[in-house]
Parts: sequence; structure tokens; C-alpha cells
Amino acid sequence: MSTGNSSENVFDTTDVFVDTAVAFDTVAKAAENPDVKQPFRELGMTEDEYLRVREILGRRPTSSELAMYSVMWSEHCSYKSSRVHLKQFGEKAPKTAALLVGPGENAGVVDVGEGLAVTFKVESHNHPSYVEPYQGAATGVGGIVRDILTMGARPIGVMDPLRFGPADAPDTARVLPGVVAGIGGYGNCLGVPNIGGEIVFDPCYLGNPLVNALCVGVMRADEIKLAKAPGPGNQVILFGARTGGDGIGGASVLASATFDEDGPAKRPSVQVGDPFMEKVLIECCLEIFAADLVVGIQDLGAAGLTCSTTELAAAGTGGMDVRLDLAPLRDSTLTPEEVLMSESQERMMAVVEPAKVEAFLAVCEKWDVTATALGEVTDTGRLRMWWHGEIIVDVPPRTLAHEGPVYNRPFARPEWQDALQADEPSADRLKRPGNAAELRETLLRLVGSPNLADKTWAVEQYDHRVQGNTVLGHGEDSGMVRLDAALPGTSLGVALSTDGNGRFTKLDPYQGAQLALAEAYRNVAATGAKPLAVTDCLNFGSPEDPDVMWQFAEACRGLADACLELGTPVTGGNVSFYNQTGELNIHPTPVVGVLGVIDDVDRRTRSAFEREGEILLLLGGTRDEFGGSEWAHEVHGHLGGLPPRLDLNREKVLGEVLIAGSRDGMLSAAHDLSDGGLAQAVVESCLRGGHGARLVLPETDADGGALDPFVALFSESAGRALVAVPRSEELRFTDMCVARGLPVARVGVVDGDTLEVQGQFTVPMAELRAAHEAPFRKLFGHSVVDA
Amino acid sequence: MPARIGVVTFPGTLDDQQALRAAAAVGAEPVALWHKEQNLHQVDAVVLPGGFSYGDYLRAGAIARFSPVMDTIIDAARGGLPVLGICNGFQVLCEAHLLEGAMIRNGDLHFINRDVTLRIENNRTAWTSDYEAGAEAVIPIKNVDGRFVADAHTLDALEAEGRVLARYVANPNGAARDIAGIANAAGNVVGLMPHPEYAIDDLTGPAGFIENRRVPGTDGLPFFTSILKSLVSA
Amino acid sequence: MGVPVARVLVDVMLKPEILDPQGQAVQRALPRMGFDSVTNVRQGKRFVLDLADADPATLRATAEQMAEKLLANTVIEDFQVTVLDEAGETGERA
Repeated sequence: MSTGNSSENVFDTTDVFVDTAVAFDTVAKAAENPDVKQPFRELGMTEDEYLRVREILGRRPTSSELAMYSVMWSEHCSYKSSRVHLKQFGEKAPKTAALLVGPGENAGVVDVGEGLAVTFKVESHNHPSYVEPYQGAATGVGGIVRDILTMGARPIGVMDPLRFGPADAPDTARVLPGVVAGIGGYGNCLGVPNIGGEIVFDPCYLGNPLVNALCVGVMRADEIKLAKAPGPGNQVILFGARTGGDGIGGASVLASATFDEDGPAKRPSVQVGDPFMEKVLIECCLEIFAADLVVGIQDLGAAGLTCSTTELAAAGTGGMDVRLDLAPLRDSTLTPEEVLMSESQERMMAVVEPAKVEAFLAVCEKWDVTATALGEVTDTGRLRMWWHGEIIVDVPPRTLAHEGPVYNRPFARPEWQDALQADEPSADRLKRPGNAAELRETLLRLVGSPNLADKTWAVEQYDHRVQGNTVLGHGEDSGMVRLDAALPGTSLGVALSTDGNGRFTKLDPYQGAQLALAEAYRNVAATGAKPLAVTDCLNFGSPEDPDVMWQFAEACRGLADACLELGTPVTGGNVSFYNQTGELNIHPTPVVGVLGVIDDVDRRTRSAFEREGEILLLLGGTRDEFGGSEWAHEVHGHLGGLPPRLDLNREKVLGEVLIAGSRDGMLSAAHDLSDGGLAQAVVESCLRGGHGARLVLPETDADGGALDPFVALFSESAGRALVAVPRSEELRFTDMCVARGLPVARVGVVDGDTLEVQGQFTVPMAELRAAHEAPFRKLFGHSVVDA
Repeated sequence: MPARIGVVTFPGTLDDQQALRAAAAVGAEPVALWHKEQNLHQVDAVVLPGGFSYGDYLRAGAIARFSPVMDTIIDAARGGLPVLGICNGFQVLCEAHLLEGAMIRNGDLHFINRDVTLRIENNRTAWTSDYEAGAEAVIPIKNVDGRFVADAHTLDALEAEGRVLARYVANPNGAARDIAGIANAAGNVVGLMPHPEYAIDDLTGPAGFIENRRVPGTDGLPFFTSILKSLVSA
Repeated sequence: MGVPVARVLVDVMLKPEILDPQGQAVQRALPRMGFDSVTNVRQGKRFVLDLADADPATLRATAEQMAEKLLANTVIEDFQVTVLDEAGETGERA
């Protein structure tokens, strides 16, 4: 990047103010006092970035413009450290007719048939959730729901992949209940069912909880809305909540020399959400969309008005004039910089043709939603803003929205990576259960461990029923909703799963990212849905750390390669960097969401063993693979070796078999194998179905060698699923597997009220249930108050 | 002419669509009613559905209770119009003093979404006549202020007059006397915290097992078949 | 200008016989922070009402009506009205 021209005096400490009657900084003043010192560093900009702004504008920026560039060019908004790697998702994207909107818009959109389109995306709200767990998580839900709404869709489901420090850490007791309550408190009030997610514990997340939020929405395929401002003369309307001081902690450095001393003493940096406002906004927007009243729409998320005006202006005809002082305020003492940086929630910005403005405002009136025309689209190629008659912003919007800095941060394979991978969890390194009693004890310990234990305490705090279209929810392999909201009477449905494994990814970032995709893909197929598309939330440490940057580069490469091979493109997603405490980075944690479609939700496959006498079949091959496994983590606190091997072709075949089996009625139940291996899958399916099982462990591994009971029960080999088939279907199903080259082995039968591992041990269902269901409530539950 | 069942939408109402669906599912004509309108459009019965009307601000149901549509409903209810208040709807009926008692925060302070077993004790109302007296029904709850309270005098009167509509078999929130729903003296206005409209089909209704018994997904349907039959025979 | 603005406080508490689980949760939490001498906690709401063009003579009665009708659910809650003068609280209580 150029270091600019002859601006040797720019960093003089002498403040030069031109005395005018106007207390705020304007374009006119910027021309008059070019050498005033500006707090770009405090706003997180580098000297190079600041000089580039001066170069773009041909003068110093006004403090409002500086605020805008500082947020739009921040990591969070510009993706400056990640773009060079993220572009692989586009370059290697598999060709698919189903993709209607790819990366770059608020969310991706896929065609699901019957004239319907589904939009979905996952995002992070990690740091705010550490600061204020309830509001951080709540506003995370609010933000992702608005991203979906702004595409023109009715939000029909949310999911929350969550990661915390150790389950028994005091700070986890502070953060987890608040996050769960915030997700429920906001999402439930919106009336969007919570259909899945995960809760994972690991010491690396202690100072850096990961709160990722996914939303999915449905609309007619010909009614997709985009964030653009075409048509000079069209009105720009801000509607929703009033603008206050939420989230502007950083803007205080910009407060002009003349403070308004009657203003609030502290500018809060935590955003506070109002889910009722957002629910009303959803209904208001959907009526507006149905009446075709907007030509462009954008929600206000990170960087609030700055982001929405620049992004709308940058797309479309390229210019916009805005009277910023017309924005309805909750706090009349806000300065223009603060108004621009405010992250007040529940706000949207629409571009409306003049002839439709009255109708637009009438819908807002019906729902008691505040709506104000702030300005209009122009063809000047400039975004200009006035504050009480003075022009305070005059910028080319593309430079903010799309032409931010792009960094190619140095990355290098960490010097400790080889040693980590060499530290295999082999039998001589980590003591394994040596007899049946120890196997039994290991099973009970694992199913009751924080990562694997039943999460009902948390999950019950979410409404999974609202809208009446949830056919599969928490505890199933994927969340599935019927698309009735957009097409009453349809049986079409979509399934979603979010998966990620920080341990696998730390051991091998390329493989770990691929395993996350494979697991989500497998989870969607297990319920009978065909995987179509991907969204990703990439949670990493500091991009200034070459180790982390290498992990990121490898994970992106792995994910892009796997998406291509599986035929599921990335449609959008999110990057969260700087998840670190001091020098300590979190495990690289790419969370991958896969969306699939099912023609008839009635045919979905559940995971519960519901009928006695049905045959249990294990699909796929098992190997001695414990690198990054739950067993190694829980029992030995060990992380080392390599993650499980992955055969993407095997995953495709397995998916096809599960989908065909579901569609043709051959399967009574299916459950993918992942954390905790076969044992965990069997326990979960037995408990859900209220029936025990008699298991006969396979004795041959994937390579034809001997398979010992410990490995059979707890290995985390990929590409496997457990199914229950009626006796009458066993032959037809196994023939199908054999024909496709998918290993299949009979491993038992649904039977009785115990889990019997033949030749090894037996556990009564009651004991299994207690071991699995008690721990979470014990860790986080309050006692019920007597009436 | 099928019976017309009106379902009110307040700002923040969430379960109106599902109540309309339930009405349609049993063959009634579902009629959407907007909170700002006093006109009830000749409906034969009204459902006040669940949700977070006005965000539950001030108190659940406290603001909705003053809506224009409620003026008409209160009058009509006093005149015998059948009214079913579900969850937030029950809260609105209590705030409007069409039913006694009030709802406070759940005992463990959390929102709870759970399939619970109810015992339907009063099957003499227009909304519950299709249940056997004492029948058990698995119906979902999803609320955070679901704990019914009233003073001892009121509770005794409810019991003595047989106006306890339904009780929880395993009380999830500390509700007084395990009460999940009540009826007014005339029997035309009933309130229920659990959501029968979400237990109308096996695809989306309660599923799985409670104590090794398979859970039916349609135990809520009789609320809607009852009112239909009551209206047809009226 | 010149329209008198009065400020009235309305404090709303659950009636003593109503169980207050939120208050109880606070009561359980305080000792964990070292505050051992708390024997009871009840949680309530305070409304701060600014009234323009208010007749001082009827201020209290007006506030009580607002409380009866909307601010409190008198089935389960009690309320208390405090009228503030320009200097602060009057010391008067309902």
C-alpha cells in the first residue's frame, strides 16, 4: 500500500481549528484545516489505512467519514485478513443449478423446488457474549434473523452452535446460563423455532466463548430481495427502532471538542435487543414484501447506518444523499459520528419508489413501526450526508463497502504441529479399558461427560414448536422444518445441521474443516434430506499470528476442496478472528452448516429405536482412530495424533444410501456416528426410543484386521451411521449397501430394557438414563421452588 | 355453514397461525381478527392465542387486554360467547378479569418448552366436551410466566365449583394446586396455559416416549372438535 | 414553555403472600458474594412518570388510578405512590 504523498505535517500535535459557528466536523472544515490530528489509531486503523483514505478523498476525512472508514475497514466488516482465502469458496464452487444467490449478499439462497427458495446463514457474536452473555447472545440471534429477513424471507428456524470453557469453571457458570437464556429470551419472543445446535466444552474457550447463530428462512423463488439502491430519485427509508448509543464505545474518541455535557455520562458498548420490536418488524417487512413495495433493502447490523448506506449505495446506481439528522433518535445528544456508528438493534433500511412510499408508510403505521425517509438514491457515484444543513460526508461508497484493504497475512505451519501430530493416542501412550467392567465404566463416564451428556436443561429453554412446522428438533441428527409458511399444504421440507470440531482442526486444520463438513452432510442425509448447500462460521485466534493464519488458510482450503467434491457450495458465512486471551488462541474452530431438502417430511428418518425386534446395522468401516476423540479428551485430557481419516466418496455413498433408505421406507431409524463413536449413538437412540438393545460388536475393522471391543465402541472413524431396519427390509437394504460398495454389518437388535453389549456388559436403561440425563441439570440447573 | 372460529392477533402474538390451522383441521372456518378492530365478523367463538403480545412488557397480557377488539370480546363473553385463552391468551383473560387469578414467573425462572401430561378434569365446557372426564392428554407447554396463582379463597371456590379445567400430572412450574387451566362460572370462557393447537397431528405434535409409553401427537385436537360440536348443536 | 412538569414514582411489589422466585434467586446469590446478613429479598418495579400540565391537587389521585388500571395487577401486586417536589422526594407516602 502506498504511504501517501507529501503529508509530512499530518501527525503534528498542533490542533488547528477554524472557528466557525458549527460545532461538528464538516467537509468544508476538512478542506480548511487539513492538518488537524485525527485519532485513527484509537479507532483501530493503521497509518497506511488512514493515508489511503486521505488519498481516496483528496483531503483529510471529516470525523464522520473517519468513523465510517474505521468501521467498514475493520476486520469484522471488511474481512481484510480473510478475503484472500475465502475467495476459494467462489473459485472452487461446484456448479449447481440450485444456487440462486451466492456469497456476497446478506445470505445465500438456494432453490428447493415447488417455486420456493430457502435462505440461510450462520454468524458469530462471540466477544459481546463474553462481555454480556444474555444481551450478546440475544442480539446475535436478532442480527442473523434480520439478515434472513432482509433477503425477503420469513425466518422459520434458528440454531445455535455454542462453545464454552470447562463445564465446571466459575466463568462458564457465569456465561453459559446467560447465553442460553438470551437465545431463548430473544428467539422465543420472535416466534422463530429453535431447531438445533450444539453445546461443547473445552478449556481453550474459557476466555473466548463461541456463540454462533444460524437462521433459515423461506420465500417464493421469484421474490428474493437484494441489498441495492437502484433508481435515482428513489427514497431511502430508515425504519424500526430508534437510534441510540448502543455499541458505540469506540466512537467516543470522535466526540467533537465541544461535548454536550447534558448527555449520558457513558456511551454503552453493549447492544441491547428488543425482540418484540423485531417480531413486529418481521411482520411489517413481510407485508411490505408481499405488496412489492421495495426495490432494495438492507438490515442494520454491524456498523449500523454506515454499513447500510454504503452497501446500498455501492450496489445499484452508486450514489445516495442522506440527511442524517432526520434519523429518529432515542438519545438527542448523539453526535453525527455516534449516529453513524450506533449499533442499535432492530433497524432496517429500504429503497422505495416515490409512488410506493405512501403504501410503505401505511404498512409501518399499521404495525406501529417508526419509519423516516432519510434521503434518496442518486447517480452521482457519491454517498453524501448532511447534518443540520452542513455536508459532513462525501465519499465514494464502493471504497467503503467493497474496496477495503486486503491483507495477505503471513502464515506458516506452526513449529509444534509435527510434535502434536506425532503424539498419537496409541494403546501404549494412553491406558485403555482392559476388561468388561472397565468398558462399562468408560461408557457410563462418557455418556455423562459434559460434551456428550443430555442437554435438555438448556434446550428446553428454547421454543422449538412455534409456527407448527418443526418435524425434527434438538436431539435428532438435523433440525427439519416443513416449508408450509411459504406454500400452505406443502410437504416439502429443509433440514439443517451445524457441526465443527476444534480438536480435530487443531490436529490438522485441512482435515478438521473437511470432517466438519462431512459430519454436517452426514447428519442431514441421516434424516433423509439431500444436502444442497453450505454456510460456515470460521472462529479463529489472531490473524496476526502466523500459526493461526496457517490454520485459517488450511481450513479454508480443506472446506473449499470438500465442498467441491461433495457438490455443496458455500453460499455465505462469517469469519470471527481475535478469539484469544493474551497469547492463548482458541482451537481453530470452523463451524459448518449444511442445508438439505426433503420432498416429503412425512418420510423423514428419526434417530430413536422405537420398535422391538428391529435389526441394527452399522454402515461404514471402523478403525483404531482416537486422535482428538472424546475418550482421549475426557478420560486422559489428551489432544494429539491425527484426526480420523476421511473418504469423501464414502460420505457421498453413505449419504445416498441413507436418503434412499429413508425415501423407500426401509429405515425405521438412523443416527450418524461422531463424538463418542458407536457407544454414544446407540445410547442416544435407545434413550430416545425407550427401548434397549442387544449389541454384537463387529470383530473386523475397515482394513480386515481384528477390531477390539474398545475400538468398536469408542473409535470416532468417519463415514459411519447406525440404522434400525424392520426384519422384512433387512435384505433389501443390505443388498443396496453391498451394491454401492458400502460396508454393512449387523450389530444387534432393538430389545428389552437394558443395553447389552454381548460378551461384555449390560446396563439397565434406568442407569443409562440417569448417567446421561442428570449431569447437565446438576451443573447448571437451579432447584425448583416449591409452591 | 361451518362454525366460524375467530383468532385474535395482537402485536407480538406468535401462535395465531397455528390456532387458525387447528380450527381448519377440524372443519371450522378460521377467521383472523386484528386487535385494532372492534368488529368480530360474526364469529361463533374466539381464541386468544399464545405469544408475547407487546413483548410481555409491563406484564404478560396487560397491554393487549386494552385493545379495541378486547372491548367487544369482553362484552360478548359476558353474553355467553365461547372464548378460549391459550397461554398468553389466558394471561389476557386474567388481566381482563374474565377469569380469576394471575400468572407469574415459572418456579425455576426459566422458559420451559416441554410436552406435559394433563388431566382434563372439567369436560362440561364447550371447549372440553370431547374429552372423557379425568382423561390424560399430552400437550406442550412453552412459556416463562406460566405459574398460575390466586388467593386461597379463589382457589377453594374454583375447586368447589368444579371450575378447574385441567391439572398438571407433574407440575412443571409451581402452579397453585397444579392448575393448568380454569373455566369461568358460566363455563363459556376457559383459559389454558398449555398449547392444544400444537398437539393436533403426529407429524408435528408431541412424539417419543414418556415412561416407556408412546406419546400421541393429537391429544390437543379435542379442544377444537369440542367447540365445533358445541356450536353445531347450539 | 411554562407548562409544569411533575414527577411521580409508582413502586409496584408482589403482594406479600405471593411467592417471589426472582427475589429468592437474588437472596440465594448474595451470600455467594460475601453478603451474609441478608435475610429476605423481594423484587419489584418502579415506574417514573413525568406528567406535563399536571394539577398538583389531583396528581396523587391520578397516579393511583394509573396504578390501579394498568401499572399494577391488583390481583397479585400492591403499589405505592410518591409525589416528588422540585427538590426531590416529599417524604409523603401512600
